[in-house]
Amino acid sequence: MRRVKAFLAFCYDFVIGDDWTVAVAVAVALAITYAVSKTSVPAWWIVPTSTAVIFPLSLRRATRRG
Amino acid sequence: MNSGALFLAVFLACAVEAVEATTIVLAAGTARDWRSALVGVASGLAVLAVVIAALGPALSAIPLRSLRLFVGALLLIFGLQWLRKAVLRASGHKALHDEDKIFREQLAAARAADNRSVGLVGDWYAFTLSFKGVVLEGLEVAFIALTFGSNQHDIPLAALAAVSAVLVVVVVGVAVRAPLSRVPENTMKFAVGVMLISFGTFWGAEGAGARWPGSDAALLVLVPAVALFGLALVAVSKPSAPHRIASTPPTSPTSPQAGF
Repeated sequence: MRRVKAFLAFCYDFVIGDDWTVAVAVAVALAITYAVSKTSVPAWWIVPTSTAVIFPLSLRRATRRG
Repeated sequence: MNSGALFLAVFLACAVEAVEATTIVLAAGTARDWRSALVGVASGLAVLAVVIAALGPALSAIPLRSLRLFVGALLLIFGLQWLRKAVLRASGHKALHDEDKIFREQLAAARAADNRSVGLVGDWYAFTLSFKGVVLEGLEVAFIALTFGSNQHDIPLAALAAVSAVLVVVVVGVAVRAPLSRVPENTMKFAVGVMLISFGTFWGAEGAGARWPGSDAALLVLVPAVALFGLALVAVSKPSAPHRIASTPPTSPTSPQAGF
């Protein structure tokens, strides 16, 4: 059980890293892109715009944590 | 553009991680036992080979659009992590990766550890230190090489870039027999972060159904835009001099890591 927990913790750290909000924001941005792509509205700008918003916020949190 | 970017991204990512792994293996070999350390390296490489052999065909079997969505999301998350670290180091919020300091710390820890032999391995500590170093530093790179390669339908080129980077680092490491502290690791990390974010954004959005204006040519705008955004964040994030962290090694304007 301890090894399974350690493996899951490793996977989480490997994929998600030290700021889970970034991973959530990427997933949400891609989901919105998918939804918008089903309409006639262009959807390519959603991921870059989300990244441009979430990245400075993540950076700010990291600098405040020290 | 795509093949060149694929080679560059995988080469730089692999070189950065290889430098870090080399420091660990050097410490294990110098302080403990070279034979056990090298067995650890060989075992680590074997584990990575198994992971690549298992993941490679699995990725090739996924339909292209789903692959781009999955891989794009992961590359974007990885890229944001790499670039965040690079920006934090470049702006002075985090100490630059100091291979000399890491080498000294690993050396001291290795000298203090007990000696224990297990099976054919004469020094278990040297073995596990090298093994963990190679596997942990190599796993992310193996993943980047595989995902980039499979998306570009050119895994051999990704593999060539990865092997070239490891060979260059190992040859230089063996030649100088010291940690490769002059390698501009943070600049390389910044460049890899930019590539991963650009390609992750492009493939992720495309996999989710978006159509990029200009198709592949959109990457010619995305890559420099992400790089400029990262550089702007470095400039904006730089704290005033008294608040800079004390452990950041001084960098002269001519230093390979100056500014990064």
